[in-house]
Amino acid sequence: MFLRPISLSFALLLTSAPALAQTAPTPPAVTQTEPRETIEGTLSQERTVIGIPPFATASVQTVAGLRTDSLGRQLADVIAADLERSGLFEPIGPNGVRAITRAEVQAPRFGEWQARGAENVVHGFVDAGSNGSLIVGCYLYDTALGSELVRKGFEIQPADWRRAAHKCADAIYSRLSGEAPFFDSRVAYIAESGPKGNRIKRLAIMDSDGGNHRFITNGQALAISPRFSPDYKKIVYVSYLNNRVRVFIYDVASGTQKLVTESANATFAPRWSPDGTQILYSMAVGGNTDIYRISANGGTPVRLTTAPGIDVGGSFSPDGRKIVFESDRSGSQQLYVMNIDGSNQQRISFGGGRYATPEWSPRGDLIAFTRMGGGEFRIGVMTPSGGGVRMLTNSWQDEAPTWSPNGRVIQFFRTTPGREGKSSLWQVDLTGVNLRRLPTPQDGSDPSWGPVLP
Amino acid sequence: MTIRKSTAMIAAITMLAVGACAKKAPDTLPPAPEGTGTDTGVDTGTGVVPGSQEDFVANVTSDRIFFDFDQYNVDAQDQATLQSQAQWLQRNPAVRVTLEGHADERGTRDYNIALGERRANAAKNYLASLGIDPSRISVISYGKERPAAIGSNEEAWAQNRRAVTVVIGR
Repeated sequence: MFLRPISLSFALLLTSAPALAQTAPTPPAVTQTEPRETIEGTLSQERTVIGIPPFATASVQTVAGLRTDSLGRQLADVIAADLERSGLFEPIGPNGVRAITRAEVQAPRFGEWQARGAENVVHGFVDAGSNGSLIVGCYLYDTALGSELVRKGFEIQPADWRRAAHKCADAIYSRLSGEAPFFDSRVAYIAESGPKGNRIKRLAIMDSDGGNHRFITNGQALAISPRFSPDYKKIVYVSYLNNRVRVFIYDVASGTQKLVTESANATFAPRWSPDGTQILYSMAVGGNTDIYRISANGGTPVRLTTAPGIDVGGSFSPDGRKIVFESDRSGSQQLYVMNIDGSNQQRISFGGGRYATPEWSPRGDLIAFTRMGGGEFRIGVMTPSGGGVRMLTNSWQDEAPTWSPNGRVIQFFRTTPGREGKSSLWQVDLTGVNLRRLPTPQDGSDPSWGPVLP
Repeated sequence: MTIRKSTAMIAAITMLAVGACAKKAPDTLPPAPEGTGTDTGVDTGTGVVPGSQEDFVANVTSDRIFFDFDQYNVDAQDQATLQSQAQWLQRNPAVRVTLEGHADERGTRDYNIALGERRANAAKNYLASLGIDPSRISVISYGKERPAAIGSNEEAWAQNRRAVTVVIGR
């Protein structure tokens, strides 16, 4: 994977498009003096209309089998889809929108976009770079002020063009929402197929928008509960290989895997520490399940829980100092927080029903969970001390939340009841709005959302 | 898969449990040739290989026991079933088994693996209490991954909350 941010300096623009400076039309004078209000720090259901025409190219060239003009349209497509999916934007284009010229990239026709109701407009270019690379640039403008808000440039290998689009969308989203970026990130999950009584479950990975989908395992051994390492180089998951329940670390680059720990007992429910050096897992010994922590490189595991019963799962706080986990020591599944050495175990969930699958937000301020009650599973959030419980979904079975890198969106899987019941991946905003199904080639479960790529 | 708990069978097993040592029906099969190097079994003419899963299922009350929601206690019915399994295991001392623990779909994935472990171990422990060497019994939990009944109703869930004894060889 190769993506290098570059500075879109005047010199670079001259190099890649020498004729630009002379032919660029002068931006129209700003006629509206009233400052436009932007969405700051809060997710609203009011959507910003944003124009996104196809990216321009200085000259149509074919790089690694990709034509720069068709790539220009695809880049705009991905950016528009990202922004639309966030729920904050109503994109105009790239379909049904006139292609802009290379010169227009830095000199938008603001009046034209204002006439279409666009408060903002995204312009960009994709040009052939040196050594088979591509140069992608994107610009965000305020149409009323006639001003440039953001510019980003990237030198990329052609295969990574989607990442350039996600980085552009992230820059636009961050500038207009005040939130941290999240589009340029990846998801590991379980692809499901086959009859309900004998599901084939395969480890699979994809971009946060479902792009670059790839199956990792072939389905011969049941695979469940994957988690991407923070650097995306490894995936920890449970495989039923050889009819045993064991935690493996899969190395994405080499395609090899190794056991997290050698044990005759079942090991499951693995999670990474935020720095990727430690792994939490659960181990059942004689029917009693406890949580252990081990170096990602192996070594001697540290047992963190000793209470009789099922202590399972777990999720590190983003500062790596605490762990939230579930335990039925009180008689039913509830959430507990402890220090990473296992000390000071405190119950935090007290509402009705059973609470499971806690996941600490990357922002640290909330814990997402599955609550079971009344025959339904729902996704909710609470503070790390157990306050402010809010339920975000309402369906038959919504399970296993995972956070977007910026802590504003939660993915989970939804199962439908009955003999033909199936699972699929969904996401919802922290505010409980903007519920959407994620596109996957097969049914899906157990999503695990990783951090923003560097 | 039907849940069948024959009262007559339970009565017979209860007699066995108190030492009456009366089989409900005489074993029509010749004794398995243990330790003779032919322990892959012989064709007895009925097509049932002694010491096989088929032999096991044909000669025990059931290959599985059932649990209440989120529970793992072995009740009287389960004990009777496991007693019949223990007797078969005593007659086939070279056979090893796997106890598969399962849960219904009304629990979260990881918890259900732990719950299936509890159920499989509860069955294993009861068999061990009847004198079966625990080293002959391995356990595995499938959680909610392998339902026996695929409906989403109490009847299906009841069949899925189970521990199944599977002959894995000698």
